[in-house]
Amino acid sequence: MIAPNDGGPLVAVGRATVAYDRTPVLVNVDLRVGAGDFSAIVGPSGSGKTTLLRLLLGAVSPLAGEVTRRRDLRVGYVPQVETVNWQFPVTVRECVLMSRTHRLWPWPSRAERAEVRELLDRLGIAGLEDRHIRALSGGQQQRVFIARALLNEPQLLLMDEPTSGVDIRTRHDVLHLISELNREGLAVVVTTHDLNGIAAHLPNLVCLNTEVIAAGAPADVLTPEVLERTYGAPMEVLEHAGMRVVVDAFSMADNVTRLRRTSA
Amino acid sequence: MTWSELTRPFEFEFFRNGLLVATVAGALCGLIGVYVVLRGMSYIGHGLSHAIFGGFAASGLVGVSFFLGAGLWGLASALMVTAVTRRRAIGSDAAIGVITTASFALGLALIQLYGSPGRNPDAALFGNVLGVAAEDVWIVVGVAAFAATVIFFRYRALLFATFDPEVADAAGLRTARTDALLMLVLAASILATMNVMGVTLIAAAVVVPAATARMLTHSFTRMLVLATLVGAFCGFVGMNLSYHLDIASGPTIVLTGATLFALAFMLSGTRRIRRPRRNPRDTAPLATPGG
Repeated sequence: MIAPNDGGPLVAVGRATVAYDRTPVLVNVDLRVGAGDFSAIVGPSGSGKTTLLRLLLGAVSPLAGEVTRRRDLRVGYVPQVETVNWQFPVTVRECVLMSRTHRLWPWPSRAERAEVRELLDRLGIAGLEDRHIRALSGGQQQRVFIARALLNEPQLLLMDEPTSGVDIRTRHDVLHLISELNREGLAVVVTTHDLNGIAAHLPNLVCLNTEVIAAGAPADVLTPEVLERTYGAPMEVLEHAGMRVVVDAFSMADNVTRLRRTSA
Repeated sequence: MTWSELTRPFEFEFFRNGLLVATVAGALCGLIGVYVVLRGMSYIGHGLSHAIFGGFAASGLVGVSFFLGAGLWGLASALMVTAVTRRRAIGSDAAIGVITTASFALGLALIQLYGSPGRNPDAALFGNVLGVAAEDVWIVVGVAAFAATVIFFRYRALLFATFDPEVADAAGLRTARTDALLMLVLAASILATMNVMGVTLIAAAVVVPAATARMLTHSFTRMLVLATLVGAFCGFVGMNLSYHLDIASGPTIVLTGATLFALAFMLSGTRRIRRPRRNPRDTAPLATPGG
């Protein structure tokens, strides 16, 4: 379905159910992504995070329910770095440009070269055009794929586990970069299993476990009840410098303000 | 060996034809080999040439031309391989093994039951480049031009669909169609070059130039160019060796390639990429349910 371009949501998922081989992966999921939104989808492995991302992307169709996207919506997709084939012979420039498939000639135009140069510069990886994608640091690799997604000037950026398999510093860099892009007006949805490193820093969370368990600001959804229903295991929530910190129930520190399960 | 001895075979038309066909066929196999190798389908060339052998037997039975019948048969097998790989949790290696070998077996059964059609099955199996007729030259040149055109104008789409099919699909590229187009090019190329390389040696003609080129560059464009040049070189040198050493052309072409591969292996030792990563190439794809 295509919705008119009237300032409504970019994508709206309504009571969507998705199944692979008769196993339901998402059931009755509702989600609206508006212009400029910044959300994280959190949940355990196998909870349907990636599938929900693919649903927003239009790469899977719901068995029931509907997905409405704004007319001419351009979506950029950044895969998990761990799924990238790093043996593949592509340079940074080739990688960034491959998504622009409508150009008739194989080589980049002068304008495209300039575009790539500007984009890499903006993402802080200027001058790496001719490097092989593997000859980069983790953060630089992530940025190459962000650049590829940004090349077609999307209104919505979807990122699958942007920080899995990267070190803390890279995680900070990437998070910082995404926030900056979001401030410039780009709507961003990420999946993550990193509650404290990523999710707690974002304005909006969707707790998913086949169904949407809760959605809203971290202060509202990062509660022991919601987390236990999402992860199926008891978790404690602490408050530190105004931020929610989630810890496994058995590794609690005692000298930090504890939010009682009942206090949510 | 003197210059006149080296150039003597060029006086014969059959040799000049054979040399042209071998060089163009080598370049063609090198070019398509890049996609074959990067998609992890190295044995598709081997498989398809066998499948086409099945088509060769069947086309003789129903009385359609060899190229049409075997070509359609090969294309159908290639499409079946991609369809099975896409829809089931079976790797393309296994799909190639099942489908193309079954097709080959069917061809063998048909030949035993009804006898061989007009062409010599030995030539199909082992290649006989010196027996190429003028029409064979045109078929190889035509298919090479077709393959080059498709790869030229669908360069980015084919690259995207090969490197990152899930994301390409999601980005709105019709990867199923792109893959089918590639399979068409592949089937046509194998069919056209079978006479030169032979069913049994074609896998190497497809894989060796691409594998050699991969060791020498990290750029996709350069790999395409290099693999094509290596393929052409192998065809040209292999044909000349074939004449002078009095060995069939298929083996000399493949052995020339293998020598280049070994050279590239030794030369590229210092070119290894820094920063080896732990990621194996086939980590969980995007299609994993949930996650």
